Amino acid sequence: MKLSFSPTPAQLSALKTAVFLAALWPLARLVHGALVDGLGANPLEYVTHQTGTWTFNFLLITLTVTPLRQLSGLHWLLRLRRMLGLFCFFYAALHFTTYLWFDQFFDLDSIARDILKRPFITVGFAAFVLLVPLAATSNQRAIRRLGGKRWQTLHRSVYLIGILAAIHYFWLVKITAIVYPLIYAALLALLLAWRVRSRIASYRPPAAVAPPAPQTIRFFRTRP
Amino acid sequence: MLIRRPSDILPSEITPPALYAQRREFIKSGAALAGALGFGSLPAFAESAHGQKLDGLRKSALSTDEKPTAYESITSYGNFYEFGPNKDSPLKNAQRLRTRPWTIQIDGEVKRPQTVAIDDLLKWAPLEERIYRLRCVEGWSMVVPWVGFSLAEVIRRAEITGNAKYVEFHSLADPEQMPYVRTPVLDWPYVEGLRLDEAMHPLTLLAVGLYGEVLPKQNGAPVRLVVPWKYGFKSAKSIVRIRFVAQQPKTAWVKSNPEEYGFYSNVNPEVDHPRWSQAQERRIGDFLKRKTQPFNGYAEQVARLYTGMDLRRNY
Repeated sequence: MKLSFSPTPAQLSALKTAVFLAALWPLARLVHGALVDGLGANPLEYVTHQTGTWTFNFLLITLTVTPLRQLSGLHWLLRLRRMLGLFCFFYAALHFTTYLWFDQFFDLDSIARDILKRPFITVGFAAFVLLVPLAATSNQRAIRRLGGKRWQTLHRSVYLIGILAAIHYFWLVKITAIVYPLIYAALLALLLAWRVRSRIASYRPPAAVAPPAPQTIRFFRTRP
Repeated sequence: MLIRRPSDILPSEITPPALYAQRREFIKSGAALAGALGFGSLPAFAESAHGQKLDGLRKSALSTDEKPTAYESITSYGNFYEFGPNKDSPLKNAQRLRTRPWTIQIDGEVKRPQTVAIDDLLKWAPLEERIYRLRCVEGWSMVVPWVGFSLAEVIRRAEITGNAKYVEFHSLADPEQMPYVRTPVLDWPYVEGLRLDEAMHPLTLLAVGLYGEVLPKQNGAPVRLVVPWKYGFKSAKSIVRIRFVAQQPKTAWVKSNPEEYGFYSNVNPEVDHPRWSQAQERRIGDFLKRKTQPFNGYAEQVARLYTGMDLRRNY
């Protein structure tokens, strides 16, 4: 079903503000919980889990923009995507900081060992490192400097980041909580499958080389 | 005038209560899922009702003098997978557990198999308060003031035969009371086990209480095992059967993942879990982590049980 609603610039900027505030809600809840001692018996674990969960939520929401846009015809949704992607990075940075600070207390030796030795940390760290250039190039100037084509190729690494995030999740849970990474992996698979499908749908085989039409060769005495 | 008309709803259209209850369950597990995906409420905390007071408790020389973890933390944070996958699932879902009547079957390599009612079992030995450290395999720890008596008292009354070399502990697995035993994440019922000499050790406790009160349901009521020098999952909850056997039991976690969870599972900072380090732990209530002690600080009492054993291989 195609929708035709298109916001005015004022409406769009109001919408952006609303999305921005909504995206800060998970952080506000954590801050509030920390202030009223409402983060449960193991608050640092809770914060680690919540920031990780919201990183993945925003990754999936960001990847939903394109399919939603194509299905609904609401092309202005694209104008929200940069902010959603940056919130994914924002929560990833909080998640990583929580690990550095509350889990490792900035013990660099121990962090280096962890990254090398613990596969779930390795892939989580890799996913975070790959997010950095995407966040750094999320502005008009970077798009102009790189050129649209190269910028787009770079930003396609978000698919790999999503796969790394899913692996990170699978490798850190016990079998008793396997349902959560399964749900995230299924949603990610759906969003990636959509892209594969639309690639295939939009694929046009190069026009078959037509046999040369019989040509009548004319000679002109003078230039026609 | 009142004109009686037959009800519009056919009796056949009324949802059977069982199906209705199932739907409730589905809605609840959906809510739990939303919570875990970050959309739900903050974790449950300090909601548990206090149990009945247990009188005439003896103090025990085996207690640690460390400060016990807050009652609210002990009763709102833990793993009891029969009630769900999250740390606060037991508090939320265990309240439907019926702890009376409750019987414990004692069988296997015994002269006379028997079934004991929990209230009779409670009279087998005087209750003591035992304040023990608890170390979870996940890297967190607590100090818990348990109430109970040594499992050795039960073994003495069980009249075991010479073939008994190990003890198996079976937890209840009733899908009516424990919704998550319908999920195939572990091979239910939850089975744990000890070598006979470990089971006979005076530290090995059969617990029926916490903080001087009847054991809360989410902590494994009405009777559970506590083996303080092993990772927490060795201490089976809500026990319905104690079986003496000749061969090393196939325990739930060893069956599930033998690379990660061994039969012994003694607390050991030198032997990492394949996916994370066991060198440190976070004591619930503390900000900084602390070093994990060999045998969770009980080496002096229990290390001799393992002389000559390679603890890296027998993890």
